Amino acid sequence: MVIMSQFGGPDGELAASMRYLSQRYSTKNRKVAGVLTDIGTEELAHMEMVSAIVHQLTKDITPQEIVESGFDKYYVDHTLGLWPQSAGGIPFTSTFFQSKGDVITDLIEDMAAEQKARTTYDNILRLVHDQEVCDPIKFLRQREINHFQRFGEALRIVLDELDSKNFYAVNIDYLPDLHK
Amino acid sequence: MEHYSKNYNMTGMEGVVSRMNISNKDKLFACITATSFVMDDLRIYLDTHPTDQEALDYWEKISRVRKEAVDEYTRNFGPIYSYDVNVKNKWTWVEDPWPWEGRC
Repeated sequence: MVIMSQFGGPDGELAASMRYLSQRYSTKNRKVAGVLTDIGTEELAHMEMVSAIVHQLTKDITPQEIVESGFDKYYVDHTLGLWPQSAGGIPFTSTFFQSKGDVITDLIEDMAAEQKARTTYDNILRLVHDQEVCDPIKFLRQREINHFQRFGEALRIVLDELDSKNFYAVNIDYLPDLHK
Repeated sequence: MEHYSKNYNMTGMEGVVSRMNISNKDKLFACITATSFVMDDLRIYLDTHPTDQEALDYWEKISRVRKEAVDEYTRNFGPIYSYDVNVKNKWTWVEDPWPWEGRC
């Protein structure tokens, strides 16, 4: 059940949502707070899509399919319930993401996160070939690429607003400390 | 019912929807889904480009189409948001299918 990773895995939609919705409080840049809020919310919708796919793929599973697919290891602990974990069984944890409280650090983390999510969808498309599943997966994959562009633009905005004393892009919010 | 499909033409999706042999309920819902997604995508763009006039105009246009579709759907087929549940003797919100009870 590889799609499970996009629910509760390290680069999945829940991790993305928690990352962005956690980071949004500490940024002083209003545009960045907007982007983090709105993309973080969209990721919750994506999480619902992925969860629905997992549910629909497992709800009529036969005992033989459970054993042959390896789903038995999940089934014994959760039956057909949805529980956030990676496909390999690692439970969801905040250690999947960082919220560093530094707007430049956080935005670069977010750009990496979108690429990781995109790669995960690439991997799913290599492994799954049911068109009814692949169509929404391709949509979700494309959204990761769009989000990556949005975070890139947000980073560009932050860097452009640095003044000339801060050439090496150290966090502007703590600039006065550096000049003591 | 025709006015919403005239407006829908603005999104360029009229051809797609009119070719589909589906009920008016499904057409309206497809309109709501499409316009909502356009606004979700545009919202994130506007967060970093707040003065892009073309984007702002498009937001307004799509918003009108969407609102009409939501109002019409709610009037004829029931609430999409729990805020719009019309209570008589019963809380009907949980009777409708949940998103994951779709086709698969």
